[in-house]
Formats: sequence, structure tokens, C-alpha cells
Amino acid sequence: MPQTLFEKIWSQHVIVDKGTETLLYIDRNLIHEGAFHAFGALAKEGRKVRKPRQSLATADHYVPTRDREKGLANVVDADAREMIRLFDVNGAEHGIRCFGMNDPQQGIVHVIGPETGFTQPGITLTCGDSHTSTHGALGAYAFGVGASQLKQALATQCLWQKKPKTLRITVDGKLGAGVTGKDVILAIIAKIGTAGGTGHVIEYAGSVFRAMPMEGRLTVCNMSIEAGARSGMIAPDDVTYQYLAGREYAPKGAQWDAALAMWRALPTDDGATFDREVSLDGNAIEPTLTWGTTPEEALPVSAVVPDPASFSDANRRAHAESALRYMDLKPGTQLTDIKIDRVFIGTCTNGRIDDLRAAAAVLKGRKVTVQGWVSPGSTLVKREAEAEGLHRIFEEAGLEWRASGCSGCAAMNGDSVPAGMRSASTSNRNFEGRQGKGARTHLMSPAMVAAAAITGRVTDVRTLTGGR
Amino acid sequence: MKPFTQLTTVAAPFDMANIDTDKIIPARFLRKLRTAEKGYDPWLFFDMRFDADGKEKPDFILNQAPWRNTGIIVAAENFGCGSSREGAVYAMVDWGIRAAIAPSFGDIHYANEIQNGMLPAILAEAHCAVLRAQLKAKPGSSITIDLETQTITGPDGKTYRFDIEPVYKERLLKGLDDVGLVLQELPAIEAFEKRHFAKMPWLA
Ligand code: SF4
Repeated sequence: MPQTLFEKIWSQHVIVDKGTETLLYIDRNLIHEGAFHAFGALAKEGRKVRKPRQSLATADHYVPTRDREKGLANVVDADAREMIRLFDVNGAEHGIRCFGMNDPQQGIVHVIGPETGFTQPGITLTCGDSHTSTHGALGAYAFGVGASQLKQALATQCLWQKKPKTLRITVDGKLGAGVTGKDVILAIIAKIGTAGGTGHVIEYAGSVFRAMPMEGRLTVCNMSIEAGARSGMIAPDDVTYQYLAGREYAPKGAQWDAALAMWRALPTDDGATFDREVSLDGNAIEPTLTWGTTPEEALPVSAVVPDPASFSDANRRAHAESALRYMDLKPGTQLTDIKIDRVFIGTCTNGRIDDLRAAAAVLKGRKVTVQGWVSPGSTLVKREAEAEGLHRIFEEAGLEWRASGCSGCAAMNGDSVPAGMRSASTSNRNFEGRQGKGARTHLMSPAMVAAAAITGRVTDVRTLTGGR
Repeated sequence: MKPFTQLTTVAAPFDMANIDTDKIIPARFLRKLRTAEKGYDPWLFFDMRFDADGKEKPDFILNQAPWRNTGIIVAAENFGCGSSREGAVYAMVDWGIRAAIAPSFGDIHYANEIQNGMLPAILAEAHCAVLRAQLKAKPGSSITIDLETQTITGPDGKTYRFDIEPVYKERLLKGLDDVGLVLQELPAIEAFEKRHFAKMPWLA
């Protein structure tokens, strides 16, 4: 029987199938400082990490992005300092490889997984973080778990799971100039809603994704959780294999050939069926941004702030009303008339080298009119960007060039946006208070954030780049 | 884990859909240690409960006298969407909330509730809306949940049947721990690993 990509991976990892639930093998775990709850529970129960080599850890959420070389003493917040300290202690105690705060391979957990080749096609992967969906861009089945399930995965390499349903989102056509993976996923979420993928694994299919570089695919899969789906996947192809070849954890020599043969059998078979199908026209997607306080409240840059009264669904209407209050916006306002006070470029959504190149291409030779900073997705991305001179473009434009971490995405390390300020951000969540208490977040692509940085308001990046 | 069988307690209505886990507990509190003495309840709905000066906002439901002892939340669509933070469940459980009733839940949050002995009861939005309206009409009134029969009895005595997966129902009823359940299968796991890594030695 023809099978989907997801079904193939799922069936290859089933240990026990009870019909009602399945014991699923987990090939790999990724860990960040937030795992201290899970390690604490392991200690309390007197359990050990069963397969330390199948885990990889990195410090990202709480690390400072300024004066990193000053080390732990520089972390002002005592709780955060303790978490970063515990991170090293737990890793050492359980024999897990850890990229600590000052490690040359440190980075955001969803950036270092693919970057080291730890993430591979066909594997199951978990992490105590909802954006674990990111790793599906390489054709893995990757999903976020809470602290208790992370503890289980570490103690056993297995999880009891109920098989999710499948949803295929097909985007055919060709993206226009200035339209990126970020715009595609925002358009998708605006269409299906933040609960649109609940209970489902999404497979992204169609010519738009086939033509998309790995960075864009990672951005798309990253935000699957914003559509309610625990995982998003894209079938592996030559783009995937070229990206992986030679990376640290990738198989080498004869093993590479064996792996490649297995990976090539993974894509969804012709005639396989999905529980649901959705499609969008890729030609019609414009640069897109959010106006409200949930990622589904997104519109093309040419649109106006909607009138809540125009929503037929009572819940959406009520949400839009409270969102406009929080965002201090009036219905009918042209999105490009919205003033921006802060910009932030980085995160596991858009902190990869392609993202920094896209932002730098817009900023080159220009000056910004608002404050902001760039935090590369990993320390290796930072080095690569510096080797290309991108950091100089950012600094000459007037942005701060910082160390790698989650930074202003969830503001856990103190890199927040002041209350009442309006931020153009490459991150993935525009929830109330996400970037700091009272901060107002507009999600958009790196190029769009760069454009907003120059003009001080929401701007169609194509007007600055001559439509290229 | 404490088994969940029956519960009769004050229930609070939350009309808003898409209550994300950032709302249930803002990220800045997740760095806190959770101990037997010091739970996560002080941070529950923190930015909705307190103003910029740290004073209670009187219009927030859990700050109003009839709802200070809320043990059940009746919400709308997509409760607990967003971040995987289990701190959202810790905050509710430590406050004394043992069940949430909603038409749908964020997937990860749903699993997190189960893992902490909290019941995520799935009930059609039309019925949730009726319950919320009754709870507002009679502040401080109670709801009864019976997990065995999968029923919810509202303030007016009317009973509704809610949905829960049988395997999760059993875990909650018995207070079972997942790690124990997995380790019972250890021989099967080891046999699987042998086959799996013989095929893909680079993953081991
Ligand atoms: S960058 Fe943001 S979304 Fe990504 S892991 Fe860090 S906090 Fe989470």
C-alpha cells in the first residue's frame, strides 16, 4: 500500500503497537537549559540517561548575547545563572555532549541540530521545545515534548504515542521576488488558523518547497507548531543531501551511500492518502506580516488592519478586538503606515546564514532609523557571517551585532522590547508579552525587518530593492 | 502521581479562545526551581492577574472572591496552544486546578496535563459555552467531573459526556507513571535497537 513520508518513519520506529497507543523509538534528543526540570525529575527518581550518545545539548534560551566572553559571572539574573551552571553540571554528569555558553559550536537548539548533521532524514527526534518541528525540514519526524516526556525520552529513548493524523499542504507555483519561506508559512497559518493543524503532522509539498533552499524549509517547518501541528515535514531530496553531506554527525563513506539509499525511499508514494489536504497558490503569496497577537492574524503587506466586525467567527472576532487593543491599532490603517520602534533579527526561525544574507542585502549601504540587534542562530553562523563581512553591513547600518542565542524571541535572557514599543521581528510568536511585558510584535521575514529598520515603519521590501 | 477519579469544585469560565501557554505562565518564570515548599502557583496567569506595579487587576477572574479557589477551568477552543512549557501545567496544578474543560487543546499541552495528573476534558464548544454562561451567572458555582463515567455535571445539574482517550483515562484513574510503563517493555526495546542500529550504525 502506498505510504506517506510520515507513515514510513512512524512504522520504522514502532516497538509495541497496542492499537490504542504505540511505543515509539526516539533516535535522538536535543536538550537546552530548560531541561533542568527533566534532569531534576530524573535525579529524584534515581534514573539515568539510557543512551547519552543519542543526545546533544546546547545553551541558548538564557545565555546573554552581549559580552559573552566574560562568562557566567556576567549573567546578572541569579536564576538564569543557576540554570546555565546546572546545564553544564547535568551534561557532564550524564555524559551528554554539551555546547556550553562559550563553546565554538554553541547555538540555538534548532539551528545546531541540522548544522551538525545530528538531524537526519528518516529519524525520530524530540526536544523539550515546541519548535522541534523545525527538524522535519530534513525529512525527520521531530516533535516537541514537555519536561515529563523529555525525562522519559532520556530515561528510555522511547515514548508512548498516539498516532497523529496527516495533513498535506501543497503550495505550487513560483514565489515572487522578496517572498520567502517566512511569508509562505505566515500565509499558510493565516489560512488554516492556529488550531488548523492540531492533532496532525503536516507534510509540505509542491513546487514551492522543492525549489526552496534548506534555510527556507527550516523556517516553514519551524512554524508548524504555530498552526497547531506538533510536526511539519518536507520530503528529503538533493537539496537535503547536499546540505547534510560532510557535516559532523552525517554518515561518511560507505555508510553515506547506505544512508542515501534508505533516504531516497522515504518520500511519500504516489497514491498515498492524507487525512486532510489544503492547497495554496504560491504565485499569489506576497510579503506577509502579522498585525495581531497570534500568528494567524497575518496579512499581505499591501493590506489594511482588518475590522474585527468582519470576522464571522465569534471567537476570532473577540480575539481580534483584544489584539487590536493590545497592539494599539485601528481598523482600516494601511499596514505600511504602522510605525516601528525596534527591530530584531535572529532566532531558530530566521537566524541562519541565508536569513542574515537576505537582511544584509537590504541594509547594505543604508542606515537604520530605529534601534535593533542581530543575534545569529549559532556561533558557527556568526563566524560564517563575519567571514563574509555581513557583520560590518549590520554595524555600519546602525544595528548591534551580538552573540548567538534565543535572545529577543522569548526575552528569557533579558533581551526584551520595552513595554508599549512596537517591534518588527523575525521570530515566530507575537503573543502578548512574548518579547517582554507590553511589547508589540509584528512577525515578518528578515528582509522585511531590514526594510522596516530603514524606514521606521512597516515597509514592502520590494519598494527598496526595486522588486528584486 | 495522584490518581484522578472524581472532582467537585469551583469552576472559572475563560471565554477567550487560543489561551496560549505564554499567557498561562510568562516565559520569565520558567527559570524558577519548583520545590515542594515553593510551587509555581504565584506565576499563574501572571500578566493577566497583576498590573505593572504588581497589584492585582480586580477584573481578572481569579482575583475575584468567588473564584479564588477555582479548581476547574472551562475554556474555549485551542486551550494551551504555543510553547511546550510544562510550567504552564505546574502553575495550574500548584494553584489547585486539577482539570480543564475545552473543545480542543494544544497537542503538547494536552500531553503535559496528563503527565501531571491533570484532566484535559474535551467537550463540544456549544456545551462549553453553556457551562461558561452558567458559571458567570452564578459566580463561584461548582462543576462535578467523574472520570470513570466521563461525565461533567454543570451548575444546573445537567450532565454532559466528555471525550478522553481510553489510555489516558486509565493513566489518570490509576495515577500511572509513564517511565514505569515504558520500562516494562525493555526486552522489546533492546531487540528493536539491535535491529535498528544494525541497519543504521551511524545513528547509535
Ligand atoms: S529562538 Fe525562540 S522559538 Fe526558537 S528555541 Fe529559542 S525561544 Fe524557542
